[in-house]
Amino acid sequence: MTALVLALAITAAQILLGIAMACAAYRAFRGPRAQDRILGLDALYLAGMLLLLTYGIQTGRTIFFEAALIIAVLGFAGTVALAKFLMRGEVIE
Amino acid sequence: MTRLLPFPLLSAALFGMWVLLTGFSPGHVLLAGLVALTIPRVMLLLKVEKPRVRIGWSMVRLAGFVLGDIIRSNVAVGRIILCKPPARRSGFIRLPIALENRYALVVLAVIITATPGTLWVQHDARRKIILIHVLDLVDEEAWIALIKNRYEKLLMDIFE
Amino acid sequence: MIQAPDLPLWAAIIVGLFVVLGAVITLVGAIGLIRMETFYERVHPPTLGMTLGTGFVLLASITCFSVMQSRPVLHEVLIAVFVTITTPITLMLLARAALYRDRSEGVQDVPGDFGDEGDD
Repeated sequence: MTALVLALAITAAQILLGIAMACAAYRAFRGPRAQDRILGLDALYLAGMLLLLTYGIQTGRTIFFEAALIIAVLGFAGTVALAKFLMRGEVIE
Repeated sequence: MTRLLPFPLLSAALFGMWVLLTGFSPGHVLLAGLVALTIPRVMLLLKVEKPRVRIGWSMVRLAGFVLGDIIRSNVAVGRIILCKPPARRSGFIRLPIALENRYALVVLAVIITATPGTLWVQHDARRKIILIHVLDLVDEEAWIALIKNRYEKLLMDIFE
Repeated sequence: MIQAPDLPLWAAIIVGLFVVLGAVITLVGAIGLIRMETFYERVHPPTLGMTLGTGFVLLASITCFSVMQSRPVLHEVLIAVFVTITTPITLMLLARAALYRDRSEGVQDVPGDFGDEGDD
């Protein structure tokens, strides 16, 4: 019984996070300007990271944690590079 | 002590991160110690100015305030998103700031941005003004007073 | 696909509650990303997911793994530290980039520059 309720809760959380990713992706596609797209992409990274963490809780494997950490690191680097590109027109000056 | 460990906080952070990532085994603790001893030396080449931090109750109080404010403004911003009150207006405010220590300013920037509803945009070191964007701008003076009384005093206590 | 770790009742309640709470908060932030009208208003909602959303999911993960392995598992703290340090940087950079573009295009309702650029 406990396991069933917990499983339902985790699945519900995964669906909610999936919808959040869809919202962020909508913003990334729609724009209207480049900064909106980058913001959407950043939110997408974050929701994806949380989704991976819930998979880790569901299966009890720590490998998902490592994937989440990598998404956090690369998402940060990517967003910073894109924001810098918007400001100056090039990433490395 | 300073020659062996030029940046004790960085060394501690590296050690903690290594141990947390690899699991707690004697070999890895030894490796973590080695990393914590050697890697911070690279920072010596950058010639960074050392932060002087006073460890004390101010830090605990600051952490408490930040946590409380984050939870409160999460609820506030959540309500704005879901209910969309028609009278709400957002805007930029210019906030005069007396802090000069770079590390204190960094901490203030992280606090202001991490709190939903406020965003640190720009800082002018010469005129000592910071530009902040606020999502729910009811009373400009109230925001300035809040940041000055709550955070600036504590940060001045901790740094400098 | 429905599956769950084997946890005692108290831990199951905490994990389930925190996971759902974190997901709901992140979803509210993502909805805000769609509903807000201007870019500067849109920067604010994602911070919901970055602060409390991430915090609750990480707390659930810490509880789950600590109970399952019957020892404190704290490596999720790394993600928390990383997210709290990095997201303000990305948001600040993005807001500054947007401000820079708006100013150079002569958009009206953004504040002017402070004169000389003197920020860090």
